[in-house]
Amino acid sequence: MKVARGEFWVGRALLLTLMAFTILPFISIFITALHPSGTVPSGFEWPADPQWINFVTAWNQAEMPKLLASSIYLVLAVVPAAMVISTMAGYAIGLLKIPGSHVLLFLFVFGLTLPFAGFIIPIYFLERALGIYNTRLAIVFPLIALYMPFAVFWMRAHFVNMPAEISEAARVDGANTWDLFWQIHVPLALPPVTSLGILMAIWTWNQFLLCLVLVEDPTQRTMAGALGAFQGHYANNVPLLCAGTILILVPTLVVFVIFQRQIIAALLQGAVKG
Amino acid sequence: MPTPIRSVGNTPGTSGNRHPVTETFRRIFRHRRIRREDVVGWLFVLPALIMYAVFVLLPFASTIRYSFYKWNGVGPATWVGWKNYVNIFQVPNLIGTVINAFWLVVWFSFIPVSLGLIVASVIHRTATGRFGTVARTVLFLPNVIPLVAAGIIWGWLLALPGLINQILKTFGLGALARAWLGDFDTALPAVGVVGIWVLLGFCTVLLLTGVSKIDPALYESARIDGAGWLREFAAITVPLLRYEIGVCLTVTVVAALAAFDIIWVTTAGGPGSSTSVPGIQIYILGFTQRAIGPASALAVLLMALVVLAIIPIQYLTKEVKQ
Repeated sequence: MKVARGEFWVGRALLLTLMAFTILPFISIFITALHPSGTVPSGFEWPADPQWINFVTAWNQAEMPKLLASSIYLVLAVVPAAMVISTMAGYAIGLLKIPGSHVLLFLFVFGLTLPFAGFIIPIYFLERALGIYNTRLAIVFPLIALYMPFAVFWMRAHFVNMPAEISEAARVDGANTWDLFWQIHVPLALPPVTSLGILMAIWTWNQFLLCLVLVEDPTQRTMAGALGAFQGHYANNVPLLCAGTILILVPTLVVFVIFQRQIIAALLQGAVKG
Repeated sequence: MPTPIRSVGNTPGTSGNRHPVTETFRRIFRHRRIRREDVVGWLFVLPALIMYAVFVLLPFASTIRYSFYKWNGVGPATWVGWKNYVNIFQVPNLIGTVINAFWLVVWFSFIPVSLGLIVASVIHRTATGRFGTVARTVLFLPNVIPLVAAGIIWGWLLALPGLINQILKTFGLGALARAWLGDFDTALPAVGVVGIWVLLGFCTVLLLTGVSKIDPALYESARIDGAGWLREFAAITVPLLRYEIGVCLTVTVVAALAAFDIIWVTTAGGPGSSTSVPGIQIYILGFTQRAIGPASALAVLLMALVVLAIIPIQYLTKEVKQ
């Protein structure tokens, strides 16, 4: 690799600038969160007397334990169910190639283009009619459904590339479609299923509009959904708002740092497949 | 007299074609066997299909239906035909949301994709080692946090005492300082900057994956020919990344047209309606003004716009099969 010296340094400078652009906002809210509650900090400088207590206050007032429990509940209710049913559908469409699979695939892919705001109003009325409005199920069901276009498409892309010989061999040994699915194809599909699970967990954790519209009690929402309510309470208390925001960011950031490679890879593959 | 061959073929006992009865049995038998497997296959699709039909397709159809009615969500609904749609084009506030959405496409899509191309190319050329990996990860960070959090963070940064104005003051540009999100002229670009912040990393990383798949021999021969960064960028990187650029454009255009979270927490559509986009307006019309008909018409228009925007991108950036 031969790159001119000047170009090398211009490139580095550009990257450093953009990294600063990305990082400074995080640093800014962190410093702001350490200023005395109720003040409007001015000056991008370390406070004379850092108020670590703000994090404790925000933790208690945002009812963090409840929010964490609620978010975990939602992830556990949504992600495994969505993983199983989308894998089954991807198997039928991509591998069994049931009659109508082209139409089914088109039907699911069509959903990829629908912005959620487009059909949130009927969902609201539907959930009132079903009697699940303002319960966690009001978030669980639409989320599973919302993930289906992407998830089915993603799993179909895996199954469509599986060689037919694998199924044939198992059939000769007397396996039926159901055994074939659970004993042969699910174990083989674990890597794409895992990526899908990570993606859906992050999407669920970050879900906002759905929670805002369908669940009135902030403590029954996801972390991100509750953040909206928290913002309403602390519009005038910037340090506390920043502290609360950081607390809500931490789980996502921790997960990202741990699973960084998988998350980036999954998001990119997801985009390319989608 | 020549006997028609067909009748000969159908005579039992003659070789060649089978007896029609046998043939029919065979067909039924084969049909039956396939059918059983197909039924099992359909059972596999059913759970996903039912969830999708009940919570996506059915509401989608309902949105279209509601869009032709005047309805407050509780009382009786009256049929108004196309009136709700005509209204969108006549009420400045409503059509304004669509225009704003297209402005957001510039900020959420055009800039991150262009800048992402440059950054990916720079990382590829000058920062292949550890520094490149760190840059990639750091730039990606905003993509995993909730958009609401991004909105809150930038809401504070862009406020009057926030970081942006402090930086301006440090550089002696204090005269430019203002409440960026509260100013009619700057609110939309300010929201746009949040979009760049969130989406740049995604575009960069995706495009970088594309660049690394390009045959290094192409770059080497370009360098032997004395091509500089710009030449290489325009002649190799951009044309060969057509498909990846298409993916980035699709994802970011959808993000722009369907934007809600960031705008809701930063400006809620204000000041006035200078940052109002269809998503925000649908929420306001539907859930605070209880105007289900107009909200649904706007929703249908939004969904149509997304499809109309994506189709040409998909068409133009289709991967060329070699």
